[in-house]
Amino acid sequence: MSLKIVVLAKQVPDTRNVGPDAMTPEGTVNRAALPAIFNPEDLNALEQALRLKDANPGSTVTVVTMGPGRAAEIIREAMYRGADGGYLLTDRAFAGADTLATSYAISTAIKYIGDDVDLIIGGRQAIDGDTAQVGPQVAEKLGLNQITYTEEILSCKDGKIVVKRHIDGGVETVETALPVVLTVNGSAAPCRPRNAKRVMKFKRALCPMELAPGTTYADLPYADQYEKKPYLKLGQLTCADVNADLNQCGLAGSPTKVKNVENIVFKAKESKVLTGSDEDINGLIQELLANHTIG
Amino acid sequence: MANFYSDVPEIKFELENPLMERIVELKERGYREKDEYAEAPQDFADAMDSYEKVMDIVGDITANVVAPNAEAVDAEGPHCENGRVRYAEKTYENMEAMRQAGLNGLTMPRKYDGMNMPITVYTCANEIVSTGDAGFENIWSLQDCIETLYEFGTEEQHARFIPRVCAGETMSMDLTEPDAGSDLQSVMLKATFDEENNCWRLNGSKRFITNGDSDIHLVLARSEAGTRDGRGLSMFIYDKRDGGVDVRRIENKLGIHGSPTCELVYKNAKAELCGSTKLGLIKYVMALMNGARLGIAAQSVGLSQAAYNEAVAYANDRKQFGKAIITFPAVFEMISNIKAKLDAGRALLYQTARYVDIYKALDDIARERKLTPEERQEQKKYAKLADAFTPLAKGMNSEYANQNGYDCIQVHGGSGFMLEYACQRIYRDARITSIYEGTTQLQVVAAIRYVTTGLYSQVIADYEQVECKPEYQGYMNRIKAMAEKFNADVEMVKATGNQELLDICARHLYEEAANIIMCHLLLQNTNKAPELFAKSMNVYMNHAESECAKHHNFVNSIDAEQIEAYRK
Repeated sequence: MSLKIVVLAKQVPDTRNVGPDAMTPEGTVNRAALPAIFNPEDLNALEQALRLKDANPGSTVTVVTMGPGRAAEIIREAMYRGADGGYLLTDRAFAGADTLATSYAISTAIKYIGDDVDLIIGGRQAIDGDTAQVGPQVAEKLGLNQITYTEEILSCKDGKIVVKRHIDGGVETVETALPVVLTVNGSAAPCRPRNAKRVMKFKRALCPMELAPGTTYADLPYADQYEKKPYLKLGQLTCADVNADLNQCGLAGSPTKVKNVENIVFKAKESKVLTGSDEDINGLIQELLANHTIG
Repeated sequence: MANFYSDVPEIKFELENPLMERIVELKERGYREKDEYAEAPQDFADAMDSYEKVMDIVGDITANVVAPNAEAVDAEGPHCENGRVRYAEKTYENMEAMRQAGLNGLTMPRKYDGMNMPITVYTCANEIVSTGDAGFENIWSLQDCIETLYEFGTEEQHARFIPRVCAGETMSMDLTEPDAGSDLQSVMLKATFDEENNCWRLNGSKRFITNGDSDIHLVLARSEAGTRDGRGLSMFIYDKRDGGVDVRRIENKLGIHGSPTCELVYKNAKAELCGSTKLGLIKYVMALMNGARLGIAAQSVGLSQAAYNEAVAYANDRKQFGKAIITFPAVFEMISNIKAKLDAGRALLYQTARYVDIYKALDDIARERKLTPEERQEQKKYAKLADAFTPLAKGMNSEYANQNGYDCIQVHGGSGFMLEYACQRIYRDARITSIYEGTTQLQVVAAIRYVTTGLYSQVIADYEQVECKPEYQGYMNRIKAMAEKFNADVEMVKATGNQELLDICARHLYEEAANIIMCHLLLQNTNKAPELFAKSMNVYMNHAESECAKHHNFVNSIDAEQIEAYRK
């Protein structure tokens, strides 16, 4: 059975390697100081999609990502690992979106891709916002079943999927009918590496948004390649392409308002010196148990 | 995230050597496959861009999968179960990552699913993987045995075996036997032709076979009954799918624990001939060995890089007398020597790889069409240089890897002697590099004719003509002075006409030549990229000069009468 799979992925600032200049004085993320990376749990999601593709010949994996031109890097990175192609969802009207407006925009893109999508797979959450809301909201907007906290897809056949979920205190195995939205945990199988031949094949793939203003593919180096190899022109969708309601997009469609941002500075008030003796270690453990830091 | 390629700009510098343009032009036959394969390069710049991107993948996997697994692989090692090898658990993870990334059969033609990359690029990958885990590098890099099958096998054999290697199947070269180590002429594994089944049958045993339970073996065996020397030996391909070869035991080694070193038993194993009979040792194994020696040179450089990384990290971290120990001259002098040997050795490694690339690419072209007289001359020139440089690159880098591993432990002090730090694994892993694929002593044997025929002297004279910036002219003058002494030493030893004296002096003359050549190569690098090499140039110059003085003194002190004092 061939499957039509959409992977939702986001380019995020690498908040795992935060330096002293990670925040601006105003308390917002200093994107310039943090490298832009593939959201880690979206890579776990991509791996699940690619495994389904491996097991079901003829399946396609299409990446959807929302962001400015440079976010197209996410589509290339996914193609290097095995995805067939993707769309950059990009429009000024999408800017400033909270999770509600984002999931609306993404759901319109999925409708654009087709009503025959079997699976929509995304990471549990992005490391810049940590809300874990977009996946479930996309499912709601499309009226689809959803399985969150996916650890592993155990089987997917005859229109049914069986998934192992990682939940508090254990695992749960659930079954549902396709089409379905899955969100995948970071503890699921890590994503496969970039493949050398695919990197060489797709390294020049570009979205129109990435071209210098006023230029076309014909102005690029190796311009003939874009004519000969259509897959080098990556998909791009604007608000108009997906027929989105402007009132539900971007800032206009975002009920979330940031009321206040506070800078938290951790300051150690006191310190204690312990030796490596059993007595000191026992004392520390008792203390940590008592104040519920552990246990 | 760490990346063992992009974190080491010296590797990229070597990859961008001007000779690459010629190499890629030859290898890609004027970019004739650019419309046939989506991944084939359009031109030189495109090819270089692709090589870099692929090396970035190698650097990523090595830093983030292979290196973190190295400790567990070293501790567990492979197991022998029912005549088969089971690798350490994490070795499978490494292999799977390499397979998924498509990093097998790098140098093979695209029509057999390869990537048609130059050996120089493959050497980069080899070095990088070795920095992560030299034991795993052994298993992975044995893919280069396919070069020999490609060179001497039939087209039908190419079509059957090469795609399998490109898909990730492993290889081994089954040469050594209990009584045939350095002396491969004594190989006794019996090959007999089975008329009934129209195939060859192998019977006997092999020993010290790296990755001996591989999928595809190249086997040296005696096909000519009654012979006792190298002319009775042929090369065979054994396919594990056919069965007949079992692993009797796995050796318990000092280092490279991840790599299974096997004793093999051949019981009427079905095999097919590779090339012609009787050329097994004298032609094919020689080709196989030269490739393998370049591989060990790369492995050694990777180990030196690992030793450097560990030494620097520890010396920055460790504080004594209120200061990081890297601030003490006794410590930073050691570390700068590691770096200088690393940079000089790496320059020699890649110069060798480039020489190999040019002649091999021309060899390959010669299989399609007749070479022009200029091309034939070019082929001859580079084949000779490759033959002369390979034993230098292998011998010197493997000795450096040992020295650097030793110094890396020394930087760690008492902690280095404990088994908790990576430095002890690097030290143990490095130890084999100066032994296998021909000991350093055998590298000297392979190189000494180029000392006595004056080829190294000629190379050195040519390098003296390379343009040198005024600020580095001082180095050039010092290297010239070293060369003068070297040439005089060679003439003096030759003039005695005493072969035994020459044999005793051989290692010293070899090291003089190697030190001078590495000084030149490092100087050429410094001229182009002082920001990367100027410090190492200074340090290595001092080191090489004192080494050469030592060897010069030895050669001038010894004479035929003193040999008895050495004889045991």
